[in-house]
Amino acid sequence: MKVLVAVKRVVDYNVKVRVKADNSGVDLANVKMSMNPFCEIAVEEAVRLKEKGVATEIVVVSVGPSTAQEQLRTALALGADRAILVENAEDLTSLAVAKLLKAVVDKEQPQLVILGKQAIDSDNNQTGQMLAALSGYGQGTFASKVEISGDSVAVTREIDGGAQTVSLKLPAIVTTDLRLNEPRYASLPNIMKAKKKPLEVLTPDALGVSTASTNKTVKVEAPAARSAGIKVKSVAELVEKLKNEAKVI
Amino acid sequence: MTILVIAEHDNKVLAPATLNTVAAAAKIGGDIHVLVAGQGAGAVAEAAAKVAGVAKVLVADNAAYAHQLPENVAPLVAELGKGYSHILAAATSNGKNILPRVAAALDVDQISEIISVESADTFKRPIYAGNAIATVQSSAAVKVITVRATGFDPVAAEGGSAAVEAVAAAHDAGISSFVGEELAKSDRPELTAAKIVVSGGRGMQNGDNFKHLYALADKLGAAVGASRAAVDAGFVPNDMQVGQTGKIVAPQLYIAVGISGAIQHLAGMKDSKVIVAINKDEEAPIFQVADYGLVADLFEAIPELEKLV
Repeated sequence: MKVLVAVKRVVDYNVKVRVKADNSGVDLANVKMSMNPFCEIAVEEAVRLKEKGVATEIVVVSVGPSTAQEQLRTALALGADRAILVENAEDLTSLAVAKLLKAVVDKEQPQLVILGKQAIDSDNNQTGQMLAALSGYGQGTFASKVEISGDSVAVTREIDGGAQTVSLKLPAIVTTDLRLNEPRYASLPNIMKAKKKPLEVLTPDALGVSTASTNKTVKVEAPAARSAGIKVKSVAELVEKLKNEAKVI
Repeated sequence: MTILVIAEHDNKVLAPATLNTVAAAAKIGGDIHVLVAGQGAGAVAEAAAKVAGVAKVLVADNAAYAHQLPENVAPLVAELGKGYSHILAAATSNGKNILPRVAAALDVDQISEIISVESADTFKRPIYAGNAIATVQSSAAVKVITVRATGFDPVAAEGGSAAVEAVAAAHDAGISSFVGEELAKSDRPELTAAKIVVSGGRGMQNGDNFKHLYALADKLGAAVGASRAAVDAGFVPNDMQVGQTGKIVAPQLYIAVGISGAIQHLAGMKDSKVIVAINKDEEAPIFQVADYGLVADLFEAIPELEKLV
């Protein structure tokens, strides 16, 4: 079966971002960008399904600027067969991205779509669920285990009190949680081979999708800074401070 | 303006996060209706009717809603929600699972994990793991929003007397089914609602050593959390994880033991009132956010702390 994986280019998770002085957003000029960590897990899961003989083709798709081709090449080096970039320079809302992905799903007809549970820049945790709603498919969000048998998929999900398993009819949407797998690294020969794999570039217009939004970001501020703390010398001093100064115990 | 709040529950008990969500709804202003979708959730509906500020409770009782499967619950919420100005749910694993599906069905953008209400259409929410706060304005006819519980003080669970009304609508998409669940058992307070949280990290070395934290937590009436490193190493189950990808907590007192303080972890706890860090590495980033830091070996400090509190 065909598996579609969505990946996002985001600021690297190790970067401490800074808010722009004019409060229009965060400063992303000259900052290291990477594949969103949850998307890496999504690619890894698709590659493992292919290694098990369950998946026959892995198509990786990204919605973003032309530089997102780097992240698509990374996914190709990790084992994806071909890539699609829906090129759009501006930041889009999750709903707009879900609509674009729906158009790609209609075109490619995958049996399984794997996304990360959230992107570490916008922290929305919406796109997979929205894509499932638009396509009318079942959704297995926050997956820690995915097992395909026949025409259904059993997804073990991380929920607040523990774990839950649901069974979904294929085609279905799965979003990955951190513990689904440990993503591999791309080897140098595979990075070279990935340069020759096909990468198709589309636009929202070509897909006939409007990216208009009902949300507007008015401003972006730095969070309130915590006042500097103190170092205590002993456990006794710590307990004394907590009891008499902070009055929390 | 009328606001629909989706009740968070397990068919038996109304979850406390619902009270924080009603508090956010009260800040927006207008009548507040609560939807209880489930199976045999009569007790939950009764509890919801007593919540201060709730005008009406809608009960959709159907086997299809028993396990909160989003394929069945989301069409119900979207259908009922059309008549409301706002649809709110707690940013729990259930709320996050269901609400984006509702928003897409209504063809509107969603606003996730708001921490404050600026006006009826403008809200604040953290982005980049809490390293920036965005103010977002929505022009949608129905505003679909998840609420971060720690951003709002809960309303009183008693004092209201809302009318309870049954909703007949049944949606069963027939594309998903519940197989089973495995819930972690604990007698300690729930992590996201606890006044005091004691968390352990990689420095705990193994799962067995968490017994020191449990002993301290029991003395303080605290919940026990963990960093991702401790969860990934298999010391404790993943529902104990505090951070961007785990739970968001904001207790009165957060004690971080053997936790370095990665950005990912800080995103889940830096709104705590008082933060204490116990770590033997005095360069650990956790000391930059800690109100009180103690550079010490945790295996000596924790038993001593337990004796003194």
